[in-house]
Amino acid sequence: MKLALLADVHANLEALTACLAHAAEQGADQFVFLGDLVGYGADPGPVVDLVAGYREQGAVVVRGNHDHAVVARSETMNPAAERAVDWTRDRLSTAQRAFLEGLPLTERRGDTLFVHASAEAPSQWIYVSDPLRAARSLAAADATYVYSGHVHEPVLYYAGAGGRPMPFRPTPGVPIPVAPHRRWLAIVGSAGQPRDGNTAACYALVDDAAPSLTFHRVPYDWAAAAAKVRAAGLPESLARRLAHGE
Amino acid sequence: MADPLEPGRVVDGFRVEERIHSGGMGVVYRVTGRDVAFPMIMKVPRLGPGEPGEAVVTFEVEKMVMAALKGPHVPRFVAAGDLARQAYLVMERIEGRSLAEWNGRGPIPLEEVVRIGVALASALHSLHQQETIHLDLKPSNVILREGGEAVLIDFGLAHHGHYPDLLAEEFRHPMGSSPYLSPEQVVGVRNDLRSDIFSLGVVLYELATGRLPFGAPTTSGGLRKRLWRDPVPPRALVRSLPEWLQEVLLHCLEPRAADRYASAAQVAFDLLHPDQVVLTERGRRRRRLGLGMRFLRWVRAAGYEEASLPRPSAHLSGAPIVLAAVATAHTNEARNEALRLAVRRLVVAGENTRLACVTVIKPSPEMVGASPDQAATSQRIKHLVLLRHWAESLRLPPEQLSFHVLEGGDPADALLEYARANRVDHLVIGAPPRDVTLGGLLGTVATKVALDAPCTVTVVRPQS
Repeated sequence: MKLALLADVHANLEALTACLAHAAEQGADQFVFLGDLVGYGADPGPVVDLVAGYREQGAVVVRGNHDHAVVARSETMNPAAERAVDWTRDRLSTAQRAFLEGLPLTERRGDTLFVHASAEAPSQWIYVSDPLRAARSLAAADATYVYSGHVHEPVLYYAGAGGRPMPFRPTPGVPIPVAPHRRWLAIVGSAGQPRDGNTAACYALVDDAAPSLTFHRVPYDWAAAAAKVRAAGLPESLARRLAHGE
Repeated sequence: MADPLEPGRVVDGFRVEERIHSGGMGVVYRVTGRDVAFPMIMKVPRLGPGEPGEAVVTFEVEKMVMAALKGPHVPRFVAAGDLARQAYLVMERIEGRSLAEWNGRGPIPLEEVVRIGVALASALHSLHQQETIHLDLKPSNVILREGGEAVLIDFGLAHHGHYPDLLAEEFRHPMGSSPYLSPEQVVGVRNDLRSDIFSLGVVLYELATGRLPFGAPTTSGGLRKRLWRDPVPPRALVRSLPEWLQEVLLHCLEPRAADRYASAAQVAFDLLHPDQVVLTERGRRRRRLGLGMRFLRWVRAAGYEEASLPRPSAHLSGAPIVLAAVATAHTNEARNEALRLAVRRLVVAGENTRLACVTVIKPSPEMVGASPDQAATSQRIKHLVLLRHWAESLRLPPEQLSFHVLEGGDPADALLEYARANRVDHLVIGAPPRDVTLGGLLGTVATKVALDAPCTVTVVRPQS
């Protein structure tokens, strides 16, 4: 089984379709969407529809803070994000909003937990941005593998008998052996709004048989996505971010 | 200690033959089977209660790293057994002599030190180019094939830039063999390829002098001494040892990684071209550093800070060997200037790049009124002068530059052989004239070099 993990698509249809096409070429047969389908980008409706179609085929989809904000109005966000959330809400149909509203905070499959932010308190949207927070998420998850998003830069935390997880910056395209006698927390990186200075979309692929985990970077037409953001009248900073990848 | 496997047993299609070696971390058997055409060994780690906890992790590391490595300087990887069932590693059995056989034999002759040093540095460079740092380089982990090539074994402590460092996560204490550990390994740094260059320096120092530069300390205080204390200069131990070799050895053994050679290929380069080694105080030193200098080093060591380091391949891309093929026999200022312009973009003063300026002359020229030997010498000097003059306006410091007059009937062959032997990364050469026909083009030096070179080639054409 090959499992494609996509996080933080943020209504970027160009990035999403590029990642899905790449994953299909790599032989992905299952898909997980790790939250934040919407927010920032100009195509919330088409992205939600596309992902809803995958879920009908058995894909796992969990809720992110932007998905939550669109349907719950309770989040405090930065002004640009808030404007994008308001804009998004008006663009979604009742069915699309209902889809987001019905998303679970976490999903478990065997020894694996899928969660947008930290398993420690999934609804508090804690950023897993250091080893301590990774340790807490791993401890709360009670799983061998934890796959997350929320933080936009790809990183793999690993913990063995030492107990304290160590961060590792993966090299794109290189399969990393992930033996089940250790614990692994992977932040797959953002598909729709990369922030590490590289414009290419992030996603990761799990190969169950090995077992291994490969982080991928997929160049996509960010110029088209940025043009749509501008045409929609969304904040200019959101378009610029796609052009610079930060 | 009971052996994990009995001879005669079959594991995943491998028949266990006799035991070859039994150590603290594991047992090594000869194995046959699976229709593999070369001789094989099976390494079985000692796992379970009462066995060293490191054994599991070093097994995992070796399995991961060996499966990723290729080339003549590592045993071919065949198969690995799962930790949950029967842990084992099957690999090629390397025929040859362990460098440990030289232990206690030193000092050995200079030519042998150089030969082994070049072989070892080449093997290390090949490893580094594959993102791997050995971190446990010592004589018993080196096998010399009959042809002289070095093969590195035992990757249990290695670091691979593409994979999470499992050992760094679980163990804080320095791992490896105390005489050969680099200063940064002593303080727990595991991702600097120049650590292997330090260990290479220890191995060569031992071969050349018969002594270990830092002894074999057993306490952490003893280990830390190498962060600031310099070894006895090799020439104080072996009078006949040339200054250039002391320069090379002490350059490898600098306590600060940034002061060492930037790549193992550059160590091999200096060992192959003793006349091009720039001598400094390091090479001439007769005794250890004085109290003032020692104190300065001690202060520096006390403030040792771990820097974030690039992956091995990224580090090496900043330390290439560039070859400029200068046609000294045909003076053409436009071509020479075009070549300099191209080289200037590749080689910057103060960086870790090395520039080798090379020309090829016809062998044994005939001159009237001089013996063939004298004629050859004057001919070489003439071209050496032209090479030096060509490089002058580049304004590079002497330690980044070297000059080589090669003799050969076929300039392309001579350049290619030089590029291979010296692990050149980038070759810059003048283009053939524009008026050459297509058929003639295939016979030109630049075309032949571009077709067969083991590295990147830039073919330079003057503007006009």
